[in-house]
Amino acid sequence: MDLKVNGNLHRLEGGDTLSELLQQLAITEGRFAVEVNGEIIPKSQHHEYKLHDKDAVEIVRAIGGG
Amino acid sequence: MNTKQDQALSIAGVDYQSRLIIGSGKYQSFEENLAALQTSGAQMITVAIRRVNLGQNKDEPNLLDVISPDEYTILPNTAGCYTAEDAVRTCRLARELLDGHKLVKLEVLGDQKTLYPNVTETIVAAEELVADGFDVMVYTSDDPLIAKRLEEIGCVAVMPLGAPIGSGLGIRNPYNIRLILENASVPIIVDAGVGTASDASIAMELGCDGVLMNTAIAEARQPVLMASAMKKAVEAGREAFLAGRMPRRLYASASSPLDGTIG
Repeated sequence: MDLKVNGNLHRLEGGDTLSELLQQLAITEGRFAVEVNGEIIPKSQHHEYKLHDKDAVEIVRAIGGG
Repeated sequence: MNTKQDQALSIAGVDYQSRLIIGSGKYQSFEENLAALQTSGAQMITVAIRRVNLGQNKDEPNLLDVISPDEYTILPNTAGCYTAEDAVRTCRLARELLDGHKLVKLEVLGDQKTLYPNVTETIVAAEELVADGFDVMVYTSDDPLIAKRLEEIGCVAVMPLGAPIGSGLGIRNPYNIRLILENASVPIIVDAGVGTASDASIAMELGCDGVLMNTAIAEARQPVLMASAMKKAVEAGREAFLAGRMPRRLYASASSPLDGTIG
């Protein structure tokens, strides 16, 4: 399926859950947060959360700022 | 020494011994940031929330691996947000990222040149965040009426600017800060504008409950040394406020007795 991840087109193949997408992107360690179509998906739900074609995914982390 | 013991700075039910809050932007490295943090004595540090850089090196260190949420109070900010909607969304992402952490620094900016706060959007966002259970420390202008309004909404601290973000111009309108302080029943923290140690002291001498700064330390030629200076400046300003300054006089008042002079 075709997704928009952090504003960029991303094709997800061989899976349809959020955690499969995160594994494919190698985002598994450390602190991050995920939103799909504007809704926050808690970490506890990443395994079962099913993505759909054209979903917009935002993945954020903490960086330096004032 | 017969001095009155100062009370801790209490924000959202947590007591802080340090009245200095520092940022984590513009440092050369996480290590330099951590050294400045340790030297400053600050117990709270702001962070920004941004998109993960896809395709980045997996082993690249993460800010929160170096500055641990177990040791410091992490204050996620909404810097870069120009609407209430974006700011609220950013706070919710921060809460998820920090395992339900409720304390946030709300800032909604008005324009890129001045980074002046958009107070109407700030009020909308503050109302929504307070209703959603956040503890909101809010960056705002030095308008006393807006500061009071934000307190009434339920913000846990109100943080007027001393001067524009990153300008280092100091406390440009101390009289407005005094007006804000007179009416306040939540902590008032000067956020933005501090350029050097004396600016931080001035904020504290006015009676502010704390000072938040980023660029003044990060852009100093020696950030860790400036962090040390800021720690002392905030403490000195606080003690001077508690001690109560002497009155200003137009003419001299001799310090030595006038009786018994020779001749």
